[in-house]
Amino acid sequence: MALDLREVITEHHPEDELLREDRIPHIWCPGCGLGVAVTAYIEALKLASAQIPLEKQIVVSGIGCTGRVAGYINVDSYHTTHGRAIPFATGLKVANPELEITVFSGDGDLFAIGGNHFIHAARRNVDINVICCNNFNYGMTGGQVGPTTPEMAITSTSPYGNMEEGFNLPYLAAASGAVFVARWTTLHFRKLRDAISQAFAKRGFTFIEVIAPCPTSFGRPNELGQGLDEMEWYRESCVIDHQANLREIGLSMRKDSKIVVGNFLDIERPTFLDRYQEVMKRAQAAGGKR
Amino acid sequence: MSAQVQATDQAILVGQHFMSGDDACAEGAIAAGCRFFAGYPITPSSEIAERMARRLPQVGGIYLQMEDEIASMAAIVGASCAGAKAMTATSGPGFSLMQENIGLAFMTETPCVIVNVQRGGPSTGMPTLIGQADMMQVRFGSHGDYAVIAYAPASPQEMFDYTIKAFNMAERFRTPTFVMADELVGHTYERVVIDPAKIELVSRKRPHVKPGERFWPFEPDPDLVPPMALAGEGYRIHVTGLTHDERGYPAATEPEIQERMLERMLRKILDRRDEIVEYEEVELEDAEVVLIAYGSTARAALHALRLARERGLKVGMLRLITPWPFPDKRVAALREAEIIVPEVNAGQMAREIERWIRKPAHRVNRLGGELLHPDEILRKIEEVA
Repeated sequence: MALDLREVITEHHPEDELLREDRIPHIWCPGCGLGVAVTAYIEALKLASAQIPLEKQIVVSGIGCTGRVAGYINVDSYHTTHGRAIPFATGLKVANPELEITVFSGDGDLFAIGGNHFIHAARRNVDINVICCNNFNYGMTGGQVGPTTPEMAITSTSPYGNMEEGFNLPYLAAASGAVFVARWTTLHFRKLRDAISQAFAKRGFTFIEVIAPCPTSFGRPNELGQGLDEMEWYRESCVIDHQANLREIGLSMRKDSKIVVGNFLDIERPTFLDRYQEVMKRAQAAGGKR
Repeated sequence: MSAQVQATDQAILVGQHFMSGDDACAEGAIAAGCRFFAGYPITPSSEIAERMARRLPQVGGIYLQMEDEIASMAAIVGASCAGAKAMTATSGPGFSLMQENIGLAFMTETPCVIVNVQRGGPSTGMPTLIGQADMMQVRFGSHGDYAVIAYAPASPQEMFDYTIKAFNMAERFRTPTFVMADELVGHTYERVVIDPAKIELVSRKRPHVKPGERFWPFEPDPDLVPPMALAGEGYRIHVTGLTHDERGYPAATEPEIQERMLERMLRKILDRRDEIVEYEEVELEDAEVVLIAYGSTARAALHALRLARERGLKVGMLRLITPWPFPDKRVAALREAEIIVPEVNAGQMAREIERWIRKPAHRVNRLGGELLHPDEILRKIEEVA
């Protein structure tokens, strides 16, 4: 049966309403995983729109390839400085608690230069969502070694292999105080979208790691193939285990290793603003206007 | 024009107080409508954070102690984007860490106030003792070109008054502004009079159109200042630290847009410098020797001036209240006099002054840790008179 292409090729992309159409084409390489992560986020925005109006949805990014996400999504969006998306988002959130704020940034941005801010925001339990696209290297600057690069992986600044171990991000997030922690890959589109929806519904600091291919900068030196090859490898090596022991789910990214994914943690803890309400009551009872 | 209103806030501590400069700064911020403070403890500015931590929850504001000064500065830029009047306070080492996001505040045209209670530097330097050596850092400390509005208060009363003014200028011009205090003015206790009838407040301009209508967040009005849409209002704005066009979209490879946008950001302040610049003149009419001073040092200079006048010497003083924008025309008009510049640094504002008087100034410097003694300034007056 002949396919009528006029019915398939429409003038608009289905996500156009939530993409800044006039900024497309984007800067990302063929095979990059960021498009999948952005689409999952946009789908989650739409699914939540009855509960959270789109004008209250805010996306904040740092710097890098993932840092460019803020520039493509058609909600109020802030593209800040390298590593500082989380403290910027903290200021936004506590100044206007009605906002649903998602920090969308990369592994280098959030966990090297921004690592200190990540652990403190999780400890404070500021009610923001953090989505980290982890592609194991600094893609935008040409593929340098980063805080999640697995040991002995080859990058442009670890040409003989990385002598450091990469962070195990879900373990770090849980230990720092996050109330929701998940890890998915760009292969798990629906699981990722649903995890983002859960994060929207959750009060407190949520963290989602998205493992994403970077065929141009990380895949090539480590012989991971094209983006599609990496997706196939995810299919072969991913194990869904929501009850996984987080200590044991660090990533080696060797072809023979497993990638444990799942929604690992979902707990309740008072948020910064919950406790601040208490503090304000005490201050006003004790001192009033002074 | 940005909206101007009379202060009616119940949170204002009306009356006469015996108060330190740091406390007066915090009260000035609250009177100005500041309801968000993010900071990190550092001597000699910690008392500002402590007072804000006590006072802000009383008046419905947020005090947030961050993990460092980088985060503090990022948080106040974020809070301001959500509509709060926001401030941080620090000293030299923290001011160095803030330079990164001070640049973000300039580039994104986000109003906020940064207080620097200066101590001796460089590095950890002299945490508990006076310095005035960040006067060039406030002008040039973050990378790239930008125009600065900074106040140098010389008393607790001025800490109150000029913190309010710093907020008003930040809101009017959509820019970060600075209160460049020093340890001595921060820790001095004096009378502070707070009269709401004398407090005028300015708020940032808001979009002229409703959400959904065509709105470009960096399209300026004729005064070169763009109205500001806040996060969550439905304008669907994009804000970036990259070079951007009027829509807020990155244009990082387009020199003509960099030229147009940056020139406007500089001109929105520099074209209005006559409305911003403030200084105090003391007995300049017949002065043959002129002291140019600021902050605590101006108080020692004033004493030296009185002693010199008693000895019949024709001495005057120009006190810089806004070191930046620099009062260039006023200083240039003094070039016939002998100019003495006392400051607690190796000669920072003296360089700027010399550019305008087109000759060397007589410099009197202390490198930090103590105020210049009036006798030292007097000796220089006698030497050049």
